[in-house]
Amino acid sequence: MHGSPSILPLRLEHLAFAAGRERLIDGITARLDAGPRTVILGHNGAGKSLLLRLCHGLLAPSEGRVLWSEHGLGSEWVRRRQAMVFQHPVVLRRSARANVTYGLALAGVSLRERRRQAEKALAEVGLAALADRPARALSGGERQRLALARAWALHPEVLLLDEPTASLDPAATRAVETVIAAFDMAGTKIIMTTHDLSQARRLADEVLFLHKGRLLEHAPAREFFERPRTPEGRAYIAGDLSW
Amino acid sequence: MGDFAEAFHTAGRLILERDPQLIAIVLLSLRVSLSAVALATLIGLPLGALLALARFPGRAGVVVLLNACMGFPPVIAGLVLYLLLSRAGPLGSWGLLFTPAAMVIAQCGLVTPIIAAITRQLVEDLWAEHREQLKSLGAGRVRAAATLLWDVRLSLGTAVLAGFGRASAEVGAIIIVGGNISGVTRTMTTAIALETSKGDLSLAMALGLVLLTLALGVNSAAEIAGQALRRSAG
Repeated sequence: MHGSPSILPLRLEHLAFAAGRERLIDGITARLDAGPRTVILGHNGAGKSLLLRLCHGLLAPSEGRVLWSEHGLGSEWVRRRQAMVFQHPVVLRRSARANVTYGLALAGVSLRERRRQAEKALAEVGLAALADRPARALSGGERQRLALARAWALHPEVLLLDEPTASLDPAATRAVETVIAAFDMAGTKIIMTTHDLSQARRLADEVLFLHKGRLLEHAPAREFFERPRTPEGRAYIAGDLSW
Repeated sequence: MGDFAEAFHTAGRLILERDPQLIAIVLLSLRVSLSAVALATLIGLPLGALLALARFPGRAGVVVLLNACMGFPPVIAGLVLYLLLSRAGPLGSWGLLFTPAAMVIAQCGLVTPIIAAITRQLVEDLWAEHREQLKSLGAGRVRAAATLLWDVRLSLGTAVLAGFGRASAEVGAIIIVGGNISGVTRTMTTAIALETSKGDLSLAMALGLVLLTLALGVNSAAEIAGQALRRSAG
């Protein structure tokens, strides 16, 4: 699926992000490789969303570096190989299809190709029948799938998802998880945050556990869920069971 | 109340008789104000959208200045333009003073800040919502400004209508740079000012009624166009 050289692994080197005096991300060093689906876990305010934004280049780190392969975030090539899906999908006031072709236009895809690829992407997420609908008239779940279609059309090597199902009902959540699995099958590296532990158990191959801006655990999913190494990790999973 | 009754009577007579002088005045008024608004829209929309997304030192000051310019006194605008266009002024060689073109420039100057300031606010609100997504997709500032301008298109009609309201109601600027010359630069508002000062209040009032009717007509047309657009855009 990806002809050109890989932007993976993703290396985070002593990454820190401060707002005022508070260090919201504090000294994170990690390496994420192609393959396993990475899920970032932690309580609200642990820094999950911030970490994704730093990786994607939406925020600049206060200290440390984000390296995609050997490259910094300034590189256009690195940006084009990633796509991001947000908790609240924002769609433009135009048709569902036009929202997808807009992303393709920004990626430099020719006018003729855009429509064809948009149709394919919309079909992939199950929105083919709604292609001509105004995007603003879609339901929350449909909008999130539209955001996924917009990402799908770009054939990213890495897909970053920030709590993609946090505001969706169970049926819409299932639909979104199905699309995430399809990305994975197509060879796209998944890096997502969630506060839904059962979702993490379903989707994660490896887990990054954040606590107060620090990376406390980075382990294969099974290992993290069965034998968390830190007291904070144990408390986090136990908290899930007591709910 | 006699004045008002007479005014309605005069207005009706002027319209029914299709007084050629009145028709010339109405057409010139429309031509000047609509040209000024069209020009101001071309300048104000991109200006407002770019200012919404631009970040530079002193930006807050520029925004305040732009907002303040929405209430710029027409008489002062007219005076400044008069000094620029007068024979001894820096643009005197253009020979525009006391022409409809000068009136269009004057009104365009008054209307542009209104359209730009309202556009700036609309686009900036939308930018807060779309900033991360558009950055993620790789849209630069100029591209993002154009995208968001298109996205708020249904609300921009209000900005343009506010501009038209300003232009069609304004007398201070055009009476100075136009000179209120009969048959050349006499518009509804300058004619009303003239008839009032001459003491022909019922004619002035009649012209006022025609002006109000025109304003209502333009706004109705805009509303109908807006509804059609809304239906197609969803």
